[in-house]
Amino acid sequence: MTGAVALRWVWSNVWRLWFSAAILVLWWVLSADSTSTFFPPLQRILERLHALWIVGDARRELWSSLGHFAVGYTVAGLVGVGVGALLWKFRRIGDAVSPVLYFVYVIPTAALLPAIVAIMGIGSAMKITIIVLAAVWPTMLNTLDGMRGVDPLKLDTAKVLHMSALRTVRTVVVPAAMPQIMAGLRHSLQVAVIMMVVSELIASQSGIGFFILEAQQRFAITEMWTGIIVLALVGSVLTVVFIAVERVVLAWYIGARAVERKG
Amino acid sequence: MARPDPSVAASERAGDPVLSVRTLAKAYDAGTSRENLAIAEVSFDVAKGEFVCVVGPSGAGKTTLLRCLSGLLVPTSGEVRFEGTPLRAVPDRLSVVFQDYSRSLFPWLTVNRNVAVPLRVAGVGKQQREARIQEVLHAVRLGDVGRSYPWQLSGGMQQRVAIARALAQQPDMLLMDEPFASVDAQTRFDLEDLILEVRRELDITVVLVTHDIDEAVYLADRIVVLTGAPSRVQEIVDVPLERPRTQLGTRSSEAFGRLRRHLMELVTTSS
Ligand SMILES: Nc1ncnc2c1ncn2[C@@H]1O[C@H](COP(=O)(O)OP(=O)(O)O)[C@@H](O)[C@H]1O
Ligand SMILES: [Mg+2]
Repeated sequence: MTGAVALRWVWSNVWRLWFSAAILVLWWVLSADSTSTFFPPLQRILERLHALWIVGDARRELWSSLGHFAVGYTVAGLVGVGVGALLWKFRRIGDAVSPVLYFVYVIPTAALLPAIVAIMGIGSAMKITIIVLAAVWPTMLNTLDGMRGVDPLKLDTAKVLHMSALRTVRTVVVPAAMPQIMAGLRHSLQVAVIMMVVSELIASQSGIGFFILEAQQRFAITEMWTGIIVLALVGSVLTVVFIAVERVVLAWYIGARAVERKG
Repeated sequence: MARPDPSVAASERAGDPVLSVRTLAKAYDAGTSRENLAIAEVSFDVAKGEFVCVVGPSGAGKTTLLRCLSGLLVPTSGEVRFEGTPLRAVPDRLSVVFQDYSRSLFPWLTVNRNVAVPLRVAGVGKQQREARIQEVLHAVRLGDVGRSYPWQLSGGMQQRVAIARALAQQPDMLLMDEPFASVDAQTRFDLEDLILEVRRELDITVVLVTHDIDEAVYLADRIVVLTGAPSRVQEIVDVPLERPRTQLGTRSSEAFGRLRRHLMELVTTSS
């Protein structure tokens, strides 16, 4: 029984990876003798990647990007959950503020870049601002939505158990809304990674995005590719870490849903 | 422990009633075009230690009534007094068990933590809390499930957890809204017997709302029969069946059959 389960687990992971592996092998083989400037051999890209990003100077760009991302995403997450919760709590204010929020929400942050650069200049503050401004929305709107969707019987139960308002939020509202809050945080994560790069493409002297753009301008195409691969890896690792955290935080939800589906 | 003496009229059993409901009426969306009168006029008293069932057809306003009795809902007119004082919010010495355990339990907390919630609210210390959790889980005949999550348990066990949580705060009175309507017949019998035992052991007052006449007769000292919506009290029926009651013995007794028949007549002639 456990043997069969283990086998199925191995098999499902093999299945999940075979396509990626095939693409990599194909890329490696097909590009091996490439003389094209734009598509250098994968082997050379990986060698440069090691030299630049693992042991070389480009590590600085990586840390710079990750630093801005970490601050920006954390602030976006905290502000998103906090403001979302306030809009839920003060419903009437929320009703008045919501239209403005949705209006700002639909402006692509990219369109605000010139304004932000004009106001904040270039540098870390500008980059973090861009990340926060774009990434705050999914978390905020999902938090508001999730809290508004809490089963009224759960709130009655809180009253029956004589919970204070603060305890009700902590013990009932936040956990009940957590599946949606996490969905918002995940979306915000993707937006934050995108805006991290975008902020480095304009008037910037550091970061992975800056590295890619600068390499392209020097026609250092192999280096440009290393930057793109590092970016993809960073995005993947962040997503995997997020999913791992989500599995712990929402263990009860995943378990309850599995039971529900079995009927 | 003194059991109510069936030869004495119910209203004379105790001094002041624990719960007293006076000309209670409730209209939803009052003053709007969608105004919906759920309860027209309901009055009754519940004496200390009494087990009162409220029966009425679906949609009669039983849940509405129970929410008014618990202080969750403000009546449109009339008054509810709990232990002498008019209701403002949910009183400290009152606990409520809802029909839908899957909605009233917190699925993100283990059984132990669900039961601990009212104890934490009351500021009970860790050691006392743990002892009390064991005590109430034992009272509802739940064994070693404290570390499980509610959704890992059967429906009947989940409702036991909900009852345990309601008992944790040591209430004087338990209000229950069709607590056994969502479980299968066998579990239902078990839970009915459980609530009778709990009530006997802890000597609490119980008001239980149900649409099931047999259940009401089996459990109650007195039954408040409601008409269909908007509800009024059709009759208050004394249930002088002896205790302890047993599913087979009590339900097959002649007195049970007579009461059941009387209630059936009331319910079918109302509406
Ligand atoms: N929140 C509500 N808003 C408006 N009408 C309601 C609400 N809850 C119940 N009602 C109405 O009140 C009446 C009684 O409902 P309810 O108390 O749930 O009956 P029961 O519990 O006996 O089935 C029904 O007509 C129902 O439609
Ligand atoms: Mg109901």
